[in-house]
Amino acid sequence: MTNVDQSTGTGRTLSASFFNRHLRTITGTAFSMAATLFGLLFVTFFIARVMPIDPVLGVVGDRASQEVYDAAYKQLGLDRPLYIQFFYYIRDVVTGNFGTASLTARPVLEDIARVFPATLELATIATIIGVILGIPAGVIAAVNEGRWQDQLLRFLGLFGYSMPIFWIGLVGLLVFYGNLGWVGGPGRLDIYYVDIIPSVTGMILIDSLLAGDMTIFWNAVSHIILPSSILGYYSMAYISRMTRSFMLEQLGQEYITTARVKGLSEAKVIWKHALGNVMIPLITVIVLSYANLLEGSVLTEVIFAWPGLGNYITNALLSADMNAVLGGTVVVGIVFVGLNLLSDILYRIVDPRAR
Amino acid sequence: MNFKKTLTALALTTALALPFAGTAMQADAATPPNMLVVAGQIDDLISLDPQEMFEFSGTDYANNVYQTLISYDPKDFSKGYGPDIAESWEVSEDGKTYTFKIADGQKFASGNPVTAKDVEFSLRRAVLLGKTPSFIVTQFGFTADNVDSTLVAKDDSTFVMVTDKKYAPSFVLNCMTAAIASIVDSALVMEHEKDGDFGNEWLKTNSAGSGPYKLTSWKPNEALTIEANPEYSGDAPAMKRVIVRHIGESASQRLLLEKGDVDIARNLSPEDVAGLGDAEGVEMQTDLRGRIMYISMNQTDPILSKPKVVEAIKYLIDYDGMANSFLKGNYMVHQAFLPLSYLGELKDKPFSLDVEKAKTLLAEAGYPDGFEVEFIVRTAQERVEIAQSLQNTFSQAGIKVSIVQGTGKETLGKYRARTFQIYVGAWGPDYPDPHTNADTFTSNPDNRLEAKLTGKLAWRNAWPAEGFTERTAAAIVESDTETRRQMYVDLQKDFQKEAPFAIMFQMTEQNGIRDNIEGYSIGSAISAVYYGNVTK
Repeated sequence: MTNVDQSTGTGRTLSASFFNRHLRTITGTAFSMAATLFGLLFVTFFIARVMPIDPVLGVVGDRASQEVYDAAYKQLGLDRPLYIQFFYYIRDVVTGNFGTASLTARPVLEDIARVFPATLELATIATIIGVILGIPAGVIAAVNEGRWQDQLLRFLGLFGYSMPIFWIGLVGLLVFYGNLGWVGGPGRLDIYYVDIIPSVTGMILIDSLLAGDMTIFWNAVSHIILPSSILGYYSMAYISRMTRSFMLEQLGQEYITTARVKGLSEAKVIWKHALGNVMIPLITVIVLSYANLLEGSVLTEVIFAWPGLGNYITNALLSADMNAVLGGTVVVGIVFVGLNLLSDILYRIVDPRAR
Repeated sequence: MNFKKTLTALALTTALALPFAGTAMQADAATPPNMLVVAGQIDDLISLDPQEMFEFSGTDYANNVYQTLISYDPKDFSKGYGPDIAESWEVSEDGKTYTFKIADGQKFASGNPVTAKDVEFSLRRAVLLGKTPSFIVTQFGFTADNVDSTLVAKDDSTFVMVTDKKYAPSFVLNCMTAAIASIVDSALVMEHEKDGDFGNEWLKTNSAGSGPYKLTSWKPNEALTIEANPEYSGDAPAMKRVIVRHIGESASQRLLLEKGDVDIARNLSPEDVAGLGDAEGVEMQTDLRGRIMYISMNQTDPILSKPKVVEAIKYLIDYDGMANSFLKGNYMVHQAFLPLSYLGELKDKPFSLDVEKAKTLLAEAGYPDGFEVEFIVRTAQERVEIAQSLQNTFSQAGIKVSIVQGTGKETLGKYRARTFQIYVGAWGPDYPDPHTNADTFTSNPDNRLEAKLTGKLAWRNAWPAEGFTERTAAAIVESDTETRRQMYVDLQKDFQKEAPFAIMFQMTEQNGIRDNIEGYSIGSAISAVYYGNVTK
């Protein structure tokens, strides 16, 4: 009986301790996220207010008379002290009101709900391409260090990293769309397919599948393939370079020699043991690359007429549309915090020591 | 080492297969026969409310979705204004009362009839909302306090407008063709009124007009779609749907046009226009636009306020060199503040690059070795290139120029605050009457800083415009159109000699269009794009 009681007592203690630990982790993470986002808003808000760009001109335009200008100045709340403006802004944000974007005359949240899925779709496919190509390329380069495979892959990586995306995008369009006609042109769809299917997720590939319209799905694929391949190429260049570097470090370790001496196949040594240990730092690299793409790639979006987040925030910044800038900043902040959380979780899955 | 071969094969196959993935997915490249697809830059569009919008893309939209009391014929702008919603009009003997007779049988896209009550509502709305373009209407003395007696529908077909004093009828009527004078469906708009906003919030993203088209959808920075309005009283447009797609990059517009995925490309760079020279199935259509490019000198600056320095600077500009190189096709040399095709246009070009003459003038002004000066310029390719060309030619006379680039709002902020030396800028007319530019370039009734007449370029440059202000005011009350025309010609000649502005260029717009498109009008310098007459 004693044993049973003791056992049950220990179980309860363990369970409570486990629960408390996770509760602490969740609370800590939530607090950290809130503090990060608050800090982000605080810094962005005050930078925005000291920028030498007049937000009133963004609303009323160059021709406005002083009366119209003054009325808009007051309407935007700019006549109040800065800390009061910030207080009201935070109060509204907490209730889910990010204000109206002066650039589009629509609620900022509605704008972001429209532009972010376009970026998410593009960035996700680009990252998948980057990972599928980048990791094997990095492994091949490391295994063949100094040989032609390594030189070729390093050259391709360096080329991808050094060439301006503006140039690659235009040349890609000229060759694959203009001359060969293999892919769709700028935009997310051919113009006559726009607005045909209902927008559920905002991601056309998924929405077209949900609507069961394969014509639109394939048309969307033909439009996304080129910009995502170009962004994926950049992502691949980064991932392959880092994979190569991590792999070289692992291949010099003693456990690799031991594994070979024990007679394990080369494939198992490289693919399972060496790459397995590389996966932990590689997750950070992939997540960072993904996060960068999710911020939006302005130049790619301009060339491919892709209505994404990068273009939206840049336009907002240039026009001093501060509600839109702050809303976009919060989204980017959430993306970064969220992906950091995701990489923490993935660490725990991949590396038992982190659990 | 088989795994290496497998990995190599996998990587190479994926890389090679990617571009081919789209081969089978590519749709046919030709737009449908009853649909017009336009590639343009519509990121300036921030509101679709005609009593609020003041952007180029907005005017294009309003021109096709709304009607005004009177309007221009896109087939012949030289005829001047003619009937639109109003079938006739009269001006009283004292020149203050305008009576418009509204044509019967016209309907809004909603099916509601177009009446004088809608005209009254729309023009009062323009005054009461008080948005940026409201001055086009309020300059005739209409205020929130007097609209009940000055803008009045006598019955369903008679609208009466009473101005505060006698103006040139051509001035008043030209202003009635502007977008802000668009007639909106009062019943529909007021159904969506919120907190006394006259439906402004709703109309920013919806349409309530009686023009050949109505709004289908607007996705900011992405696309604007309009479709034929079945209730339109004029000839039904052949293009049942018009889609204006935002394509920011000129090279992308060119590719889409060459492939036939768009019918019209509106923002082609000179390089892309040249590149399209022999393209099959593509033609170029060129038209004048109203935008003027100029530099101006702040008269609070002790050096730039000297008349000889101002004159010297006008001889240090390589007008032809710029127009024939990086501005080719997009701008032509023009040295008067009224765009060509406006009443009172002036074709004189008294200035050309003459460094020796400029040096002499500078020496006479007391600056034989030149001086240092700062340009503020918006970070836009053509303006920066203009600033760089000026930097080069100015240096030939010893003037050392530093160029400070900034965003549009940043440079405008400095310009409006008079905290600059030389501004490289552009100005587009607000309505198709010469007063639109005369009022800003040659009128400055109060030059004091605290007067804050920020809407006037003369004030921004601290130029008192003595004598010019009075002549500008006289021109808008001159009833005889020929006399009025001559007044503007004389005003511009004197402005060329004395004003601290060097007008350099007038914009021309080159649109690439597919060769099966007919009846397309860019709108010239006095109007905006018309899609209603387009056929394929």
